Amino acid sequence: MQNDLQKQLDELVQQAAEAVRDAEDLAQLDQVRVRFLGKKGEVTLLMQSLGKLPHEQRREAGKVINTAKQAVQQMIEGRREILQQEALEAKLNAEAIDVTLPGRGQRPGGLHPVTRTLQRIEGLFSQLGFEIAEGPEIEDDYHNFEALNIPESHPARAMHDTFYFDEHTVLRTHTSPVQIRVMQERQPPLRIIAPGRVYRCDSDLTHTPMFHQIEGLLVDENVTFADLKGILDDFLRHFFEQDLKVRFRPSYFPFTEPSAEADIECVMCGGKGCRVCSHTGWLEVLGCGMVHPKVFGHVGIDTEKYTGFAFGMGVERLAMLRYGVNDLRLFFENDLRFLRQFR
Amino acid sequence: MKFSEHWLREWANPGIGTDELAHLLTLAGLEVEAVEPVAGDFSQVVVGQVTAIEPHPDASKLKVCRVDVGGDEPLQIVCGAANVAVDLKAPVALVGARLPGGMKIKKAKLRGVPSFGMLCSEAELGLAESADGLMALPADAPLGVDIRDYLQLDDRSIELGLTPNRGDCLSIAGVAREVGVVARCEVKAPEVAEIAPATDASFPVRVTAPDDCPRYVGRVITGIDPQAVTPLWMQEALRRSGLRSLGPVVDVTNFVMLELGQPMHAFDLDRLDGGIHVRHATAGEGITLLDGQAIDLDAGTLVIADEKAPQALAGIMGGQDSAVSEATRNLFLESAFFNPLCVAGRARSFGLHTDSSHRFERGVDPQLQRRALERATDLLLKIVGGQPGPVTELTQGERLPKQPAITLRRARIVRILGTEIADAEVEDILGRLGMQLTATEEGWRVVPPSFRFDLEIEVDLIEELARIHGYESLPSSRPQASIAMQPQPEGRVPLARLQQILVDRGYHEAITYSFVEPGLLEALDPQATPVRLSNPISEDMSVMRTSLWPGLVKTLAYNLNRQQDRVRLFETGLKFVRQADELAQEKCIAGLVSGALYPEQWGEAGRAVDFYDLKGDVEALLATLGKAGGIRFTAQTHPALHPGQSARILLDDQAIGWIGAIHPAIEREIGINQRAYVFELSLSCFDQAAVPRFTPVSRYPAIRRDLALLVDRGVSAAELEKVVRAHADPTLRDFHLFDVYEGEGIDSGRKSIAFGLTFQDQSRTLEDGDIDRALSRILSALTDKLGATLRE
Repeated sequence: MQNDLQKQLDELVQQAAEAVRDAEDLAQLDQVRVRFLGKKGEVTLLMQSLGKLPHEQRREAGKVINTAKQAVQQMIEGRREILQQEALEAKLNAEAIDVTLPGRGQRPGGLHPVTRTLQRIEGLFSQLGFEIAEGPEIEDDYHNFEALNIPESHPARAMHDTFYFDEHTVLRTHTSPVQIRVMQERQPPLRIIAPGRVYRCDSDLTHTPMFHQIEGLLVDENVTFADLKGILDDFLRHFFEQDLKVRFRPSYFPFTEPSAEADIECVMCGGKGCRVCSHTGWLEVLGCGMVHPKVFGHVGIDTEKYTGFAFGMGVERLAMLRYGVNDLRLFFENDLRFLRQFR
Repeated sequence: MKFSEHWLREWANPGIGTDELAHLLTLAGLEVEAVEPVAGDFSQVVVGQVTAIEPHPDASKLKVCRVDVGGDEPLQIVCGAANVAVDLKAPVALVGARLPGGMKIKKAKLRGVPSFGMLCSEAELGLAESADGLMALPADAPLGVDIRDYLQLDDRSIELGLTPNRGDCLSIAGVAREVGVVARCEVKAPEVAEIAPATDASFPVRVTAPDDCPRYVGRVITGIDPQAVTPLWMQEALRRSGLRSLGPVVDVTNFVMLELGQPMHAFDLDRLDGGIHVRHATAGEGITLLDGQAIDLDAGTLVIADEKAPQALAGIMGGQDSAVSEATRNLFLESAFFNPLCVAGRARSFGLHTDSSHRFERGVDPQLQRRALERATDLLLKIVGGQPGPVTELTQGERLPKQPAITLRRARIVRILGTEIADAEVEDILGRLGMQLTATEEGWRVVPPSFRFDLEIEVDLIEELARIHGYESLPSSRPQASIAMQPQPEGRVPLARLQQILVDRGYHEAITYSFVEPGLLEALDPQATPVRLSNPISEDMSVMRTSLWPGLVKTLAYNLNRQQDRVRLFETGLKFVRQADELAQEKCIAGLVSGALYPEQWGEAGRAVDFYDLKGDVEALLATLGKAGGIRFTAQTHPALHPGQSARILLDDQAIGWIGAIHPAIEREIGINQRAYVFELSLSCFDQAAVPRFTPVSRYPAIRRDLALLVDRGVSAAELEKVVRAHADPTLRDFHLFDVYEGEGIDSGRKSIAFGLTFQDQSRTLEDGDIDRALSRILSALTDKLGATLRE
């Protein structure tokens, strides 16, 4: 009897093994489970038939049937895991996409290179506590010239190529009038930079009638020409992110004295001499100087107590050097093929 | 200021090369802008003389010349120049010579006749831009001598970009003085002797404007040789300094101006009436200038007149009537000091700028006039001959510029430069610059030389110290300052933030000119009266923009013409709006979109931008204000915009801008063939942003109900929302519009609007009954006010 049962079970397990192996998917596998282990499954029926056995055999028979049942269960579970894994893989395969296709939606635009340059300059000076100041672009004669020690008859006026509205109203020719406006309103210490549009009645390959300047002013009790040199030296090296040679040479502006122009070693040729630097190895990048006592006089700042320096630079020129733009006029054509290069 | 290096070195010759000299000048503040060779690069060109000429057998324009170049045999050279003549001395390029541009001279046959060299013009040697014949050399030019040696062509023209304060360097003498100081070398000036009069011929001079002309020196020279020509050395000196030769008399005055810095004028004495009168013009007078320009004088203009009429604009330009000509036999030579203020601006007011006015308005040494007159007389006598008369001089010494003593304090030097300069060096530098120093307790009393108009106050002297000491040798330091925080208002939205929002939404920033074309501005902003420039560059840049749209629209057209048809642009800047008597310069941000909403992409159909795309961008900008409830878009027409697609933008009931589609008529006019949408916002509202204020988040669930209503087509979403909010109880958290539909299935003239309402209470869970009551109140209000019906 025992042997018969064992034999029957072995066959059953054998059949189950074949059925499990042949199950191709989870649904088929489930049918196998029902066939052997379901409520009316073959193994289940055997288990139920235990009751008909004599008491002393029951325990032993139960044991063997249970072993067989566990064997079938394990086979089904093992197969289930494999089939589940296969199903997942199939699903994943089906869901695979071409990740090299471009993403969707809006592409970012960009700031104009002049703004980008201005923001960079503002960023460097704001580290030192310089505040941004602004002023009108239609300016009066007094702020644009008089108060900056450029009286009516001064030869420097002719050099400004001024746009006029009437005898006393001009388009500002530089950002320096902002200095005056700030100093009229506030007492030192002052640390400001003034970015903005300026205008000169001149238009050719290297001049546009509108361009941008950024002006800096520092007034305090112990400001010297050495400080001016130091700050601009720092600025130029940080702006260009290069350990550039910077040189200062005497120049003239009616509103500063001593006045200087700062040259940098040519960033295009490294100072060896090229077309951009007219083969001098140097590029003139900014004008600066100690605030002229007559300017302080116009705004009521005590020249014995305070000294100060001012500097000004052409933003387009710096942008051209920084980004390698070779034609000033590109800045105002606003060709998208140009603008897209500055994202 | 352009001059010959060779000429400068005759005055001051430091033992350094050209490059180093240029560097030295630049670092002393006399910026060298250009150094150019005075002649082209050539070799083996010598002085030759034509000894015989025969016609060319086969070419009527060519001649066969025999040319003596100092060798055993004359050379046979075929020449086509019209001015070739027997005895003419001219440069000869020998066989083997190289000419500028690389041309090599070889034995050649010209139309069958052998030629052994080439007779040259100035242009062929790079001495002039063009020439109309052979270069004629003086009769005493030594045959066979290399032209480079004979004309000293191994010389360079140096051009200085002088700043307006350094009028004293507008001469060889002035530059030499500087070289002497910075290179510590000797400065040699030519001897200028007093010329004894050979006749007593003189011409009366009267000065009735002594403030403007405190010194007037003149002299008559009679019987000059009208045939005389300017010697080649002087022509070359002038050419290398950028001046053309205009005849010996004018050349001499120009030469002296370049050499000493004193502009002079020579009158044809026989064309002057009665005497010289230096006076102010009277209204109604006029003069025809040397350049042929006739101008009307205004009272106050200083003129050199004779007894009848103005003969020269003092210090600016001579008149045509009394100009020296080829017929001139007798001269009146003028060397005067004119007050800078009387010349400055005056030349410009007549549209003139001359070498003379350039110098006078910057200041000419008031001690120079007599010396210059003697120098010019000496040169004239040598070149054109004649008999000098006695010098006439009228000087009002007290009206000449003063050289006031300037106080220079030791402590102030340190205060400005940030470093001490030793007393000995101060005295050395200022002494070398020609200043008189007297020691005082605090420093010095300093009297600058008469030619330094730019030295008036203490800091002028400090600049001189820095300049000669060398800017590069001054220390460099970092400024010390007390650190103090500045206010940082949280309600101010930085411009950079707004710019970044637009950039991230695909916009490129444009920068367009602030002056625009009046026609375009008129089309886009017809109600404005723009301010007009009195001297615009051109008509299409003649009025100041009253809106940022013209620049953006023009940029759109520019890009569409270049196959860039997806355009998203913004600009920030001032617009200039006249309001009553005031001119407002208002800072704005404006944008323009046109073309596809997104860059072309796979997998999704593209579409063109519309009003709501742009509105979304504007809303993103306005969202930085944190005042959702305060912002309204109200339908309003604008001349530049499509009447059915334009809105005024309001913040707390204040108009802050416009948005809309460009009017189709304007698009057509400008030649834009695709829809464009624009906005403009005043930036002033962006300093009124709300600082966030916390409200507690309810712990109870929110309930959303969606409604779809039919309303008349003309009912706006804003009206609908307003009615809903006005009749909702405080538990209404959110109104969210999610669908608008008109068309099939909806009565014409009606549209369907669907929206979700979210309710939530702070203190309890809302029940269905609460929501039903709230909804029915809202619905009946919508029905009453807007004729809304529930969509079935």
